[in-house]
Amino acid sequence: MRQRFTPLWLLLPAAVVLGGLFLYPMYQLGLISVLDFRQAQVSGGQPTRFVGLDNYVQLFTDPQFWSVLLATVGFAAACVVATLAVGAGLAVLLTRISRVPRLLLSLAAMAAWAVPAVSGSTVWMFLFDTDLGFVNQLLGTEGFNWMYDRYSAFALVGAVVVWSSFPFVMVTLYAGIEAISRSVLEAAALDGASTWRTFWQIMVPMLRPVLAVVVIQSIIWDFKIFTQIYVMTRGGGLAGQNLTLNVYAYQQAFASSEYGLGSAIGVVMMLILLAVTVLYLRTLRRSGEPL
Amino acid sequence: MKLRLATAAALALTLTACAPSTSTPGAAPSDGGARTGTLKVWLFDEPNRAPKEKVVNEAVAEFTAAHQGTKVDIAYIAVDTRSERFKGAFNDPASAPDVVEYGNTDLPEYAAAGGLADVGPAVTAWSEGADLSPDAKSSATYEGTLLGVPWYVGVRALYYRTDIFQELGLKVPTSIAELTTAARTVRAKKPELFGVAVGGKYTYAAMPFVWDAGGDITSLNSAQSRAGLKAYTDLIADDNCPPQQCADLTGGKTVDLFASGKAAMGILGNFNRAAVDAGAAKGKYAVVPLPGSKPGSIAPAFAGGNNLGIMKNSQRPALAADFLTLLAGKKYQSEMYDAMGNLPTLKSASAVVAAKDKFVEPFITTISNGTKFVPLDPGWGKIDASAVLPTMIEKVATGKSTVEQATDEAAKQVDAALTK
Repeated sequence: MRQRFTPLWLLLPAAVVLGGLFLYPMYQLGLISVLDFRQAQVSGGQPTRFVGLDNYVQLFTDPQFWSVLLATVGFAAACVVATLAVGAGLAVLLTRISRVPRLLLSLAAMAAWAVPAVSGSTVWMFLFDTDLGFVNQLLGTEGFNWMYDRYSAFALVGAVVVWSSFPFVMVTLYAGIEAISRSVLEAAALDGASTWRTFWQIMVPMLRPVLAVVVIQSIIWDFKIFTQIYVMTRGGGLAGQNLTLNVYAYQQAFASSEYGLGSAIGVVMMLILLAVTVLYLRTLRRSGEPL
Repeated sequence: MKLRLATAAALALTLTACAPSTSTPGAAPSDGGARTGTLKVWLFDEPNRAPKEKVVNEAVAEFTAAHQGTKVDIAYIAVDTRSERFKGAFNDPASAPDVVEYGNTDLPEYAAAGGLADVGPAVTAWSEGADLSPDAKSSATYEGTLLGVPWYVGVRALYYRTDIFQELGLKVPTSIAELTTAARTVRAKKPELFGVAVGGKYTYAAMPFVWDAGGDITSLNSAQSRAGLKAYTDLIADDNCPPQQCADLTGGKTVDLFASGKAAMGILGNFNRAAVDAGAAKGKYAVVPLPGSKPGSIAPAFAGGNNLGIMKNSQRPALAADFLTLLAGKKYQSEMYDAMGNLPTLKSASAVVAAKDKFVEPFITTISNGTKFVPLDPGWGKIDASAVLPTMIEKVATGKSTVEQATDEAAKQVDAALTK
């Protein structure tokens, strides 16, 4: 019997930390999402009221929510794919170049990674400024506003997102590739496999656990994107065309102290991300590779 | 497994005991509280605070000389984070100040939160109280209660470049139609310039057009509001200020454009004078009230500005009222104009200022012609934060929606926010 309890008390310290840092806030988030909870309620000017699913109803009946959700999913998907493509490509490149270029590439990537999101976005904004930007001067397109068209604005913000998040993918995958035994790759080469084929049929299957981490991380990061959109499109772009879910939540709820509604958006985001993660992990398991 | 479930259930039970935190506002002493001690005052920090601080310190010296045993502790709070500071002060009465400066558009939110005290009796008892203009007073009144004394206002008017107008032989516009024609003429003759700098995010330049046409924020889809909005969005066009460049401009950006000499006209505030004087337009501009659609009329301006109020939790309300009326009085209002360019709210003080400085004349004319205000409703914060008005303007200016669609949509959002 005592044996059975051992795992429990061993888990206790972690459970306390996780409970305090994750479960309790999540519980509060869920609770506030079913309350009428605004600034007036926080400071005690009006009583807090239980409103059931009203906040959710308000959210789901707002057509803007659905279009923002769609845009967020599309934008996040594009960013994840682009980040992985760039990160994986450069990781493979890192394994094939000599020491000095490798060092330079790593340093450049680390620098991009280290730049705080707000500064990075602002610098890119300077580069792409309508009247004084370097890019417009280079292309001879002075007066072209990159943020005017919805897709060019998303593309530009997406580029900044990829720029700041590919280094993580690159470094992680590079470490993974380095860990693959040389003999396997050599055997493939001796059998006449092309680089492309080696990548897809040798490296990718062996990197599956690493890839899983990288993909889930990227999905979570890109789905929750805030800073780049908020800074670069000045809070959601022309007429809100570049809103993503997090910026929308901030604008609709937190900036106007509608904490109940904001929490409802938070709960919805959390459920979506959980669902995506669980589905992804399940498909990985199904395909036979233990993680 | 069972045990694990039980633990989870026990954990869940202990958690349900905690509800989100809510503070209970304390009651202010009815006898006016202590007449001695330290009075805590919050004023807004400014980019160039020194002149403001000097005037305030002078007022503090006068106050402490007249009130034995008192001290005034002034804190300058950052404007960007004022909302958090005020929310904090409402939630934690112990660390809250007695007298506060706050933006007049923030009033309903603070009032609904129950954070501000009624200053009606103090103003009635104040010798200069009768001198407050009704417009100014109503901008500080929420649900029939006066919750602050307007300390200063800011209004916008039409800045124009005298040199360009002279060169092109243009007359100073006296109606919106003339303004539009003059703007297009400038753009046609000098394509590197904008006629009048207008922006999709510059709500307070657009609203005068709507108000002038007889519309309002609470009736955005009325025929009048639509006509006003159209008059404004017609200016965001290739023949004046192309949507590519202007649809996402904020008010601040239009100030930059006018100041740097890239626009022949701009709808700027009295508080933007220093910025314009620091740019290429210095010495080459004049100001007139923004014209309305009828020739010779003036479009109603938005009366932005700051109020001085007393916190409900203040333990020295009587002392706080004394300090407030001193700082908001004629003497310090006109000194604040000299120091910061803030337009006085007391008629006596604006007369003093107008006599001294010709520059304020168009602004004072605009104010005396009647000003408008945003809806005094806690829902305004939501409308503002979720960018309802800029979105409406931008949708029309970029051709994403018709005036009808955009105004219908915005009106729905405004209704939803206000009736809540």
